Amino acid sequence: MLNFTKIKIIIIYLILFLLTFFASLNLFYDGNPILKKKVNLGLDLQGGSYLLLEIDTKPLIKERLQDKVIEIKKFLKKNNFKYNAFTINENSISFKIENDENKKFQNLFFSVKDNTINQYIDQYRTHQFDLEVKNNIYQIKFSKYGLLTLNNAAVNQSIEIVRRRIDDLGTKEPTIIQRGEKRIVVELPGLKDPSRIKDLLGKTAQLNFRLITDKKDDFGSEKMTSETGEEVIVNKKIIMSGENLVDAQPRVDNQSNNPMVAFTLDRYGAQKFGKVTTNNIGKRLAIVLDNKIISAPVIRESITGGSGTISGNFSFQEVTDLALLLRSGALPTPINIVEERTVGPDLGRDSIISGAISLIIGFVLVVIYMFYKYRIFGLIANISLISNLLMLIGILTILEATLTLPGIAGIILTVGMAVDANVLIYERIKEELRTEKSIIHAFDMGYSRAKITVLDANITTLLATVILFIFGTGPVKGFAVTLGIGIITTLFSAYFIARHLTSSFVLRNRENIKL
Amino acid sequence: MKYNFNFVNYFKKFNFVSLILVLLSLFFVLFKGLNYGIDFKGGTLIEVRVQNNDIRVSDIRNSLNKLNLGDVNVKNFGEKSDFLIKIEKKLNNNDSLISEIKTSLDQDLNEEVNYRRVESVGPKVSAELLRSGVISIGLALLMMLFYIWFRFEWQFSLGSIIALFHDVIITLGIFSLLSIEINLSIVAAVLTIVGYSMNDTVVIYDRIRENLSKFNKLEIDQVSNLSVNETLSRTLITSVTTLLALFSIFILGGEILKGFSFAMILGVIIGTYSSIFVASPVLRYLRVSSKTLEKKEDKIVP
Repeated sequence: MLNFTKIKIIIIYLILFLLTFFASLNLFYDGNPILKKKVNLGLDLQGGSYLLLEIDTKPLIKERLQDKVIEIKKFLKKNNFKYNAFTINENSISFKIENDENKKFQNLFFSVKDNTINQYIDQYRTHQFDLEVKNNIYQIKFSKYGLLTLNNAAVNQSIEIVRRRIDDLGTKEPTIIQRGEKRIVVELPGLKDPSRIKDLLGKTAQLNFRLITDKKDDFGSEKMTSETGEEVIVNKKIIMSGENLVDAQPRVDNQSNNPMVAFTLDRYGAQKFGKVTTNNIGKRLAIVLDNKIISAPVIRESITGGSGTISGNFSFQEVTDLALLLRSGALPTPINIVEERTVGPDLGRDSIISGAISLIIGFVLVVIYMFYKYRIFGLIANISLISNLLMLIGILTILEATLTLPGIAGIILTVGMAVDANVLIYERIKEELRTEKSIIHAFDMGYSRAKITVLDANITTLLATVILFIFGTGPVKGFAVTLGIGIITTLFSAYFIARHLTSSFVLRNRENIKL
Repeated sequence: MKYNFNFVNYFKKFNFVSLILVLLSLFFVLFKGLNYGIDFKGGTLIEVRVQNNDIRVSDIRNSLNKLNLGDVNVKNFGEKSDFLIKIEKKLNNNDSLISEIKTSLDQDLNEEVNYRRVESVGPKVSAELLRSGVISIGLALLMMLFYIWFRFEWQFSLGSIIALFHDVIITLGIFSLLSIEINLSIVAAVLTIVGYSMNDTVVIYDRIRENLSKFNKLEIDQVSNLSVNETLSRTLITSVTTLLALFSIFILGGEILKGFSFAMILGVIIGTYSSIFVASPVLRYLRVSSKTLEKKEDKIVP
């Protein structure tokens, strides 16, 4: 175990050198154009906000079912099914077909080609909807994969919209990623107070323009309260929605000095808006945002230029936010904030300082203790401990890992536990020295006999960190990463670096060795 | 240093002590329960720092009581001007609870309060975090069991798992007794304890196995005693270095790491104790002898 070939020595120190080089990149991060790599600081250390969003697909499911109603009714008529008791529920559509036409219906409903009402999803080899028939009552529901497709589309679109809204606010380096089926992680480094972003994300911002009618019994209309508190009847028919908006900006009205939003429409929107305003001069228009009237102006003249303004009782802040929401587009479905963690910049700084101090003190204590216990060999163990730390930081740098406060704790723990490998070996050598006359042979035996124990002991800890990494979230993951990499670098430094140093020392001073 | 203690004489006494401790811990965990933090129970946690040194816990509590938040817990956190506020009320989706709290505190304390940390966990997420915490600890124990089973005989595997349960249960018992908050980092600490305790047990077991085949005339008691003595200086030195690092975090690492490092310190002490006084005696109860090894002899690598 004490013999090293030249090539082995070269490889060992080359690895140490390379990893140390990567570790040193952290010091020269700024102004280093070629190899820009460093260990990132987690939000708990640099300060910032973490939000976990969850999309709520329930309203979307109902909406999509609602959209299907006309098609299904058409389908039933076209194929001469006599139906009654047509109802739309929270997540299904049901109706009754009197005669026993189950087979015919099934054939049509589940046809693969040119299916107008129940789309075949090639990717999953299944249909969008499932059918349940009981006592001639037909119930149409989203299938498992139909729901999944709906869900994925909604998440992807939501991520896009969330990103636009956050980018629009000018936050630096936000991270927005999907987690699991329905969740979106938003990380905003440096943000002190996420309340404005939370406000903006809490609104779906579904905007539409509808006409206010005066006929109370008009079919397809609903009662709503205008922004001034007056009750009005609004036609359900949507003239134009937020999708037709290409831009929206906050403005101040020249005459009244009131804040307002100026919007620009796309060509289709402009045409439609022009036509409706021309035909309905004198009537009132309801501008509805998330089912609330935000403004209900009277149409004074036809607006054909494709641009207009929304004014009401807004503050300038509200107008700015409204413009931002309209510009970024509507969320397909409401979003809930299910978890929020914000760390102020000064706490982050305090954490770094106390983390660094405890690392240094812990390190110094361990180094002194090892030197006291093993003298020259303690020194070797300490050199391997320092190499261990450098390599650990080097690997974290290569991975561009994120260092969290528990991650620092993991490094400190590595310092305490890393010497264990050397302690195991030295204690074993001591035992061998008691029975073995040849010093060199004793060292050799010590290393090889301790090997299994060192491996067994470290693999058990490594197993625990792997579990932590898989199941842990956020900061806990950071802890697992540093501890896990720490174990690997520990094994390397004990069995290669410390062993090489020990062997060169022992081989050179065969006579007077004390352990 | 060469040790020659007669550990076997104390096995029975300490096993009795361990049994009492485990039962007491189970009693506390089951009847007093654990003090779950917002990570696992849901709710809101706010750490504030005020400039005015005359502000007391009661001032903050009075200000918050006006908001009808239900159970509110306010306490000093580290420095005199730092406070930790815990609110059990769960967030209703996107409501503006946090901004209301901030406005109220700023007004009543008459200064611009420094909000150092705000954490809010919804009920769904906290339930998931708790579940994944329990699963990960369970899975870690299971993996240890299989690893030891693979490397040693089943008696060793059983012995190490008994030692692990002993450690985890007593640690949780002490947490329950002292009402220490259980949060995500405590789960990390418990898992590290599992790893550390296992590490310690494996070192002794390795030696027991080696000595069993070396001295096949000796009884398991004598082999255990010899092996524990032979590895004792390593056990002590490693515990000392690990504890040095941990005490350094506990004293200097700041308030956030206090619970974590305290759990680890407890775990290292209990884990060291258990590998000597729990894991080793179990082998005797399971009647391990040099014959136990014979069947698997060819499987052992060294």
